[in-house]
Amino acid sequence: MYLKKLALAGVVSLMGTSAFAACAYENDVPLKSLSAGFEAWKAVTDAMAECGNFQAELDQEFRTKQPAAFEANPSLYHIGGVSNGTVTPLLNAGTIRPLDDLVAKYGQNLSPNQLIKVDGKTMAIAMMVNTQHLMYREDIFADLGIATPTSWDEVFAAAEKIKAAGVVDHAIGATMKSGWNLAQEFVNMYPGFGGAFFNADNTTAVNSDAGVKALETMAKTLAYTDPEVLVSDSTYVQQQFQQGKIAMSNLWASRAGAMNDENESSVVGKVKMAAAPIAMDGGAPATTLWWDGIVIAANITDEEADAAFRLAMEGLDEEMVKANNEAAIWLVKGYEPGPLAAGAIATATATPSAPPYPSTTQMGLLHTALGNELPAFLTGDRDAAATLVAVEEAYTTSAKEAGVLE
Amino acid sequence: MKFKTFFWFVGPSVFMMLLFIAAPLVSVFIQSFQVTQPIMQQIEVETCTPGFLTQTCTTEVKTVPVIDEVTGKTQTTTEWVGLQSYRNVLQMDKVWAALGSGNWGDILQIDFWKALRFTLSFTLFTLPLVIGVGLLIALAVNNAARSLRGPVIFISLLPFIITPVIGSLSIYWLFVGDGILTATLERWTGQDIAMFAQSWTIEMLMYFYRVWHVAPFAFVIFYAGLQTVNMDTLESAIIDGANRFERLRYVIVPHLMPLIIFIALIHLMDCYRVFEEIVGFRSQAHVISLQWLTFDFLTPDDAGNRAISRASASAMLTMIGIVVLLVLPLRRTWRDHKGGAH
Repeated sequence: MYLKKLALAGVVSLMGTSAFAACAYENDVPLKSLSAGFEAWKAVTDAMAECGNFQAELDQEFRTKQPAAFEANPSLYHIGGVSNGTVTPLLNAGTIRPLDDLVAKYGQNLSPNQLIKVDGKTMAIAMMVNTQHLMYREDIFADLGIATPTSWDEVFAAAEKIKAAGVVDHAIGATMKSGWNLAQEFVNMYPGFGGAFFNADNTTAVNSDAGVKALETMAKTLAYTDPEVLVSDSTYVQQQFQQGKIAMSNLWASRAGAMNDENESSVVGKVKMAAAPIAMDGGAPATTLWWDGIVIAANITDEEADAAFRLAMEGLDEEMVKANNEAAIWLVKGYEPGPLAAGAIATATATPSAPPYPSTTQMGLLHTALGNELPAFLTGDRDAAATLVAVEEAYTTSAKEAGVLE
Repeated sequence: MKFKTFFWFVGPSVFMMLLFIAAPLVSVFIQSFQVTQPIMQQIEVETCTPGFLTQTCTTEVKTVPVIDEVTGKTQTTTEWVGLQSYRNVLQMDKVWAALGSGNWGDILQIDFWKALRFTLSFTLFTLPLVIGVGLLIALAVNNAARSLRGPVIFISLLPFIITPVIGSLSIYWLFVGDGILTATLERWTGQDIAMFAQSWTIEMLMYFYRVWHVAPFAFVIFYAGLQTVNMDTLESAIIDGANRFERLRYVIVPHLMPLIIFIALIHLMDCYRVFEEIVGFRSQAHVISLQWLTFDFLTPDDAGNRAISRASASAMLTMIGIVVLLVLPLRRTWRDHKGGAH
């Protein structure tokens, strides 16, 4: 203990000698964070690191580590980066703390929109929204005289023209890597047809008309995609875009910035964003809304929590957003929506609006069941009806094992 | 050897085996008959999530685990469920239904049987290839000029040194989309080639990769064995008029037989646990293996659920499979061993 204190004192005195110009104060409590690794998180954690004594871990596999790491006592990380999908296990296990008093103390710059409230208590601070929306090559669409598609029928009509013109390898790119990505495509499409995921008794309702229609629409895209689409994830689709191999895709808003990255992209300035296409007349855009934000661990001392939250607010300030305006669709003050944000904003403000991704235990189970059972449909081994029955059975088995169903 | 000396030599190894192999195995065996689940309650929760400008708040009934007030951890219950987890993995009711209706193909829609089909064909197809290719390289090196042997051995050992995940990823990158090799092949043939669009091409690549990776191991063993072939027997075979093939068939192969069985044993054990190829080639949509199935059960989803019981059952089934596969070659070794003792 004595040694630890001595070492700490040494570190602190070292810190004292160096100046942290970009940060408003000096952080003297050692803090750690675990979050996803995409551009926006890099910007935020870099801004936090300017205050000193802070170690950020950016890891795309964070979702498998976070629940166990936060359950440890003391927690292995003070700050966690989550999305509405991955906050569920932390909320369920009670390993993150309510932030209301800290918001009152340090959160003057937060807008009410950023506070993620569960039962009236602020459990997380959102920093950005994310959604899958339509990204398309404006130059190709203009050359061929195609209007921006607003529905999936128009997407297919446009794809047909692009395919006939033969200007790109594949008209559509899709994040259909079997597993999580493919399941997410269904989770986007299914509510677009008005489908509900669950019944009141926690059984799943995907085995329905809307389910069949969603699957059929997904199967239709296969005619215009890369034949190897079942191995293509977001990064792969992003690269296909950057290399000019595809003309449109329903892709994550967080990938939009990469289209104009001159080091990687051959299509700088040619990719435009539009709202996610609707699946049926009068329906919501066929996508789900996501947020990313920070949480503070429960199993740490109040002093550490205080310091962690203060540091997080420093990372989420106006200065950071101004320096990284294009990295995300920020919810933080000072953000000026550029052309890259147009599609996400149109999607989020559409009426009826796309639903947020449900953060529930059941959704985690259903997402896995979809990811495992849908590939057989897309490879043609099984028809839509049989696939939905298989999804239902897989969900029921795992829901019983998880204690969600009797 | 004195028992005491023997004990001190073997003791540490036995201890490690008990600690790291036997104990986990027993715990997995027990877990495969249990289900541990959190106690769930239904509560009405109001959740507010951000849109772009305003928040949307929804009130809904959510199923959430009960948290113990004293420990602050989720309350769980553990129940003995008998063979339920095995039934969930094997899904025998569907298998019988498929057999009864004559739609045998339906069996391969069930994850376990789909994985078993691939794992078995992977193991059994690559086995003769590995032994054959390994023997060929060994014979070639043995007959090469002495000055060439060193470099040839070095080069042929290289594939074995590569970490399996890295090796399979390299093959994936060479062949996926517009990978170097696919692009070259497309230029030659003028056809659009998609190696990862259908299962048979993926399987061919996997077989190729595994043989390429493991053949050097067989080669090293065979090459060592070739150094001990009795030259007198070989020379008398030549005098008796045996040609090259007959010498191989009647002198060399019988001499190498124990080594062939040894390699077969190791290869069966290794191949039945095929995993890296599935992950490296991202082939989950088309082919999966038993080991990958266990891994998939163990991977937590976004909500933190893991199917530990089914993973345990699937792991036990994998072990049973390996034992069944190994019985035949082991019986032969046992017979030879007993025969040799007399």
